[in-house]
Amino acid sequence: MGTRREPHTNLIGLAKVDYNGSPTTLCQGCGHNSIASQVIQVAFELSVKPHEIIKLSGIGCSSKSPAYFLGQSHGLNGLHGRMPSLATGALLANHQLRGIGVSGDGDTASIGLGQFKHLLRRNVRLVYIVENNGVYGLTKGQFSATADEGQALKYAGVNELPPIDICMEAVIAGCGFVARSFSGDAKQVRELLKAALSHRGTAVLDIISPCVAFNNHDTSTKSYGYGKDHEAPLHDFGWVPPAEEIEIAEYDPGEMRVVEMHDGSHIQLRKLEEDYDPTDKLGALHRLQWAQEQQEFITGLIYYDPERPSLAEVSRLTDTPLALLDAEKIRPSAQALAEIMAGLQ
Amino acid sequence: MGLVELMPQNMVAVTRPSIINDFSLVAATANGTGSQTANLTILRALFKMGIPVNGKNIFPSNIQGLPTWYHIRVSKDGYIARRHTSEILLAFNQATVAEDIKNLPPGGVCLVNADWRNIPQRDDVTMYAIPVNQFVKETGTTGKQKDYVANMVYVGAAAQLLGIPLEKIEEALSFHFSGKRKLIDLNLNVVKAAHAWTAEQILKSDPYSVEPMNETEGLILMTGNEAAGLGSVFGGVTFAAWYPITPSTSLIDALNEYLPQLRRDPETGEHHYVVVQAEDELAAIGMLLGAGWAGARAMTATSGPGISLMAEFAGLGYFAEIPAVIWDIQRVGPSTGLPTRTGQGDVTFVYYLGHGDTKNVILFPSTIKECFEFGTTAHNLADQLQTPVFVLSDLDLGMNNWMSEPFDYPAEPIQRGKVLRGDEIPLDWGRYVDVDGDGVGYRTLPGDENWRSAWFARGTGHNARATYSERPSDWHENMERLRRKFDTARDMVPGPVIDEVEEAEIGIIAYGTTRYAIEEARDRLAADGVKTSFMRLRALPVNEAVRDFIRRYKQVYVIEMNRDGQMHAILQTEAPELATRLISLAYLDGMPLTARWVVEAISKQ
Ligand SMILES: Cc1ncc(C[n+]2csc(CCOP(=O)(O)OP(=O)(O)O)c2C)c(N)n1
Ligand code: SF4
Ligand SMILES: [Mg+2]
Repeated sequence: MGTRREPHTNLIGLAKVDYNGSPTTLCQGCGHNSIASQVIQVAFELSVKPHEIIKLSGIGCSSKSPAYFLGQSHGLNGLHGRMPSLATGALLANHQLRGIGVSGDGDTASIGLGQFKHLLRRNVRLVYIVENNGVYGLTKGQFSATADEGQALKYAGVNELPPIDICMEAVIAGCGFVARSFSGDAKQVRELLKAALSHRGTAVLDIISPCVAFNNHDTSTKSYGYGKDHEAPLHDFGWVPPAEEIEIAEYDPGEMRVVEMHDGSHIQLRKLEEDYDPTDKLGALHRLQWAQEQQEFITGLIYYDPERPSLAEVSRLTDTPLALLDAEKIRPSAQALAEIMAGLQ
Repeated sequence: MGLVELMPQNMVAVTRPSIINDFSLVAATANGTGSQTANLTILRALFKMGIPVNGKNIFPSNIQGLPTWYHIRVSKDGYIARRHTSEILLAFNQATVAEDIKNLPPGGVCLVNADWRNIPQRDDVTMYAIPVNQFVKETGTTGKQKDYVANMVYVGAAAQLLGIPLEKIEEALSFHFSGKRKLIDLNLNVVKAAHAWTAEQILKSDPYSVEPMNETEGLILMTGNEAAGLGSVFGGVTFAAWYPITPSTSLIDALNEYLPQLRRDPETGEHHYVVVQAEDELAAIGMLLGAGWAGARAMTATSGPGISLMAEFAGLGYFAEIPAVIWDIQRVGPSTGLPTRTGQGDVTFVYYLGHGDTKNVILFPSTIKECFEFGTTAHNLADQLQTPVFVLSDLDLGMNNWMSEPFDYPAEPIQRGKVLRGDEIPLDWGRYVDVDGDGVGYRTLPGDENWRSAWFARGTGHNARATYSERPSDWHENMERLRRKFDTARDMVPGPVIDEVEEAEIGIIAYGTTRYAIEEARDRLAADGVKTSFMRLRALPVNEAVRDFIRRYKQVYVIEMNRDGQMHAILQTEAPELATRLISLAYLDGMPLTARWVVEAISKQ
């Protein structure tokens, strides 16, 4: 590209450190930290304007992460399980912004399951990251609703209940961008994040993110060991910015699939699994169900539907965000009141 | 079919002196039969005659079938509180007719459906019977329509007996059906038929009647919820999220009626507002706080159970300092309680809503005009104080129709409070730094291109720069600043309205709709030589004027509609040195307060 810039700065002249947040206070080795790093890297690479992003979260170790990236973006750390409602309000109040929300598996699949599903039903334009470790980190090691059936934990005992599959819930709730990844697979996380930021509605990224303090035994499907050994990507996932050329020449056309996104960018999928079609909803559910039964760790873009308009779009808002409308725009005239009063007599 | 053949008539009343424009009437019907149209027609017709009126719908928590009573007070003196008894009964609910007739005072009047059997008789009550089925048959209506028509029969009969001119009934119907001729005529024809029949067949022998006055000229008749909705539209609301609950729903209905009319871009038709029906009240207030944080004027309307669900978010709003407006149209709790009855039982809960040291600003409207005005005031205060502001109305004010002067265009400009944008943000800006000493910091909004504007809102401990902190001194200083802010609120919220009477030794404090019973009671007490002064609170926290008032009286009665005297307790903590002067007079059974109760409660002391 022709733009000249300082070395180590992006298109808008920001250095990578400009996307940093405050230093993390999470455990060393916690999967959540690597996800925060990828958010920083992606925002830098995409030359994201920090003021066009808002960060939101619930409560939990995972929900602390937004403090550790994009320090020049506004953030709102809310209540346990209630990030979706805050995001819905904020992104309707200013629909020119994009949201990055971070939640945990407890935050999303237990206390917040209701709000999560309604967020997806409304299709708020938000990248919704679940840092899924199968456990409650911040309250020290209780089972979460995504814990494996039959799994044993030091204090919590044996989990007798089947896990809730966050991706399956997302697909059923009508989410148009459902992906699963692994915090140890930095490249895939980055590409998915980039694509998620281009999505017009809610994009769910269920990222397995091991808790080194309470749930990193190899017997857990949410551990580093298991993730490394068992990750089964559905495809090689790549994201291509708008106006950039797509290079598929080197691949056999049958192996490569390119899907255009709402903002003119493209998703590029090099198939690893023969018949997997992420635009087939029933197929996606079927595949997820199969994976759950086999304890198979599939990753990649599981379901994609670019068609559904976002909540802001269906709300028919003016270009100027509601939050920034002038007083004259938000108070009708004296004559309007006089007419209403006359009609009431 | 003559009336005399149907039942013995009590003729004693003929010689009684006539009672004009001074009585209460109750229409007893079954819920869901369209009786509300009939009731509102009578109410509005009286209003159009220039007579001061108030209507109160005492309805069940049910969609169809359970009993409903609509009370209309007609008062030449302008008293509009509920009265203990109603002299005139329109008995059109067979299920309750026996009880309804029993409740009439001696000398009362009963208009009843002549088609029913076994109607209890009372010698001291004037009974009129009207063959409702006959009129229904004549109109040829069937099914559910029959009930609607039947209700118009009692409108016609009552109009004739009381002396309400038919053209006033027509005006009222025309208002109700927004001028739709077909509907007006359908109903009016039944009214006319019943009116004519009554004139011919019934010999009026009771003393109650109405005569035109000139007391309502230029006034409007509206519910508090409609006024609050309209007021919010003029108060600049841009975001509303809600979950349906009686008796607050009609406030959002009003928003949904007025916003599309008044707040669309004239050229593109695009919206300058959004209304979201949330999945529950918890999500509703969450959306408010998200929107308020991002800079919208956000509101919701709810009632007791919804308030309970909002508690955790209320604390976040208070502590992260996010503006929002929450209308609580109070019904009767604990729990689901009496969903369709009125009360003032949420005062303490809302004042302290949120765990830890949370304290909230509350406004108390008592008229529909205040409901309208507080539409602006509440949003302005929320923005200026950067905190959730609650407005405690009640079912009686919210759902019933009240007379009022037309609303003035808001004098208060739209105030957005301390918001810094772009270059206004100083280098050393910190979100919670108390620059002005009033406890209110300067906020910035997401989307601001100035990188300095970014801050991290949180419900966790933070210092003046909004960074996470567990330092004891940071916590303490922040909470003290929040206390300062609350003190700032004292003189920003609408002050009390005081009516001081010379030589009075009794002070009365109240808030909200109890004022009507109290004002009437004060006149009665004054007639008996008992002078009282009255202070009507319009907000919490209270200011010095409130303490001064208490100081001036040895006995100060705090009158309210709950069991425990909630405002009384709050005032005692606000003015501990004066606590012993405050006497609680609290009562709640779900019905609006009466002057009789107030007079008796004070006289007993
Ligand atoms: C209403 C409420 N209940 C309970 C808690 C305590 N709590 C804090 S974090 C948490 C669980 C967090 O688990 P998860 O969302 O999986 O995040 P992780 O710490 O594992 O990243 C709980 C139960 C709370 N903060 N709020
Ligand atoms: S407890 Fe677990 S989830 Fe929390 S910071 Fe430590 S490793 Fe991460
Ligand atoms: Mg977890």
